[in-house]
Amino acid sequence: MTAPDETLDCLGQRCPLPVIALARRLPHLPVGAVVRVLADDPAAANDIPAWCRMRGQEFVSADGTAFDVRRVG
Amino acid sequence: MGWERYFDAATAAPPHPVARQALTAALADGWVDPGRLYAPARRARQLLDAARGSVAESLGVRADEVTFAASGTAAAHAAVLGVLKARRRAGDLVVHSAIEHSAVLHAAAGTGAHEVPVDRLGRLDLAAWEAAVRAPGVALAALISASHEVGTVQPVATAARACAAAGVPLYVDAAQSVGRMPVPEGWSLLTASARKWGGPAGVGVLVVRKGTRWESPYPEDEREPARDLPAIVAAAAALRAVRAEEAAEAARLRPLVDRVRATVAATVPDVEVVGDPVERLPHLVTFSCLYVDGEALLHALDRRGFAVSSGSSCTSSTLRPSHVLEAMGVLSHGNVRVSLHRETTGAQVDRFLADLPGIVADLRAEAGVTGL
Repeated sequence: MTAPDETLDCLGQRCPLPVIALARRLPHLPVGAVVRVLADDPAAANDIPAWCRMRGQEFVSADGTAFDVRRVG
Repeated sequence: MGWERYFDAATAAPPHPVARQALTAALADGWVDPGRLYAPARRARQLLDAARGSVAESLGVRADEVTFAASGTAAAHAAVLGVLKARRRAGDLVVHSAIEHSAVLHAAAGTGAHEVPVDRLGRLDLAAWEAAVRAPGVALAALISASHEVGTVQPVATAARACAAAGVPLYVDAAQSVGRMPVPEGWSLLTASARKWGGPAGVGVLVVRKGTRWESPYPEDEREPARDLPAIVAAAAALRAVRAEEAAEAARLRPLVDRVRATVAATVPDVEVVGDPVERLPHLVTFSCLYVDGEALLHALDRRGFAVSSGSSCTSSTLRPSHVLEAMGVLSHGNVRVSLHRETTGAQVDRFLADLPGIVADLRAEAGVTGL
């Protein structure tokens, strides 16, 4: 994974909190920026990509407890 | 209390009136062990035989193909383990959909498993299924008749043809569809659970078609040990009744489910209504509310008297999200499953639909996620 523009540490937080943190932060980043969400709740691996689909953002990659999302709109 | 706000029939449906009557009547003779060699035991045996015959007729199978188990879960275990035992020489691989009930997954956990994916609507990937059952070493293929979590009906007949061509027995977990829609065709083994159709809890049904290689995974004299005979009698009576009402009930409930799907999508912002919109169970609907904690949502609904279930991780004992929602790739938090029964009315559904948007809005306001 390439270095993100910003990292949100949501380790230890239960879903939907990591998704909420992502939704709060992403609109404040420039289009094209990548935010990495660190989340160890087992639902994050499913719900972060699902949020990207619902919101039209780009889910870049997942690596263990790190999930990269690019703002595309 | 009344059951006006009970929407969890997919876990357990309220007992059918004929089940109550049959249960009471069968208590008189049904406590005797039908395996003994005296007159009261013969009366109990007649009750058991009649119940078996009735269930067989309701499912369109032969009476000697029907075994009663202690639950739907126990029946699922017996189906899977019995084929694995009998087909050891064919292999030890279980091909199954990614959306099987956990009972089936647990039964297959001790052996090799090949999971076949589903799409976003929860429909089996038939091409992957056909390739998987053709592979060497497959002992059994398992496909749920319709998803217990999202309601999507599976292409059992087509999947069964692929199994037949490959010489692999097909096991169908029909717990959610029996009594709700016609019994599918082409399978070798089928299981069901009486409490899903308005019979008592603690009665599972296993059907093994003639010619299927299956050996009881239990010692032979424990294949069908002393069961709760009055409950079995009640289950058989309820099944006969619900199958007779099935088409009319499906026609009555399907528009209510359609109403839930349409109204929730229109009145609750940021909601994902999941499952196939057409090829679905007539009584079950599932949706997920973005940014809402599933456990908090269940509690808020419970405070208004609404009984529903959820596939969200925070509502499960394992704290893992539903593997069904994961397999579909749909939102798993804020998840609600609404399942209707023969006593559910349109007015009751409307009451739920009227209250839900405010409940979700309040939870979002409390969490500070409004407008995200």
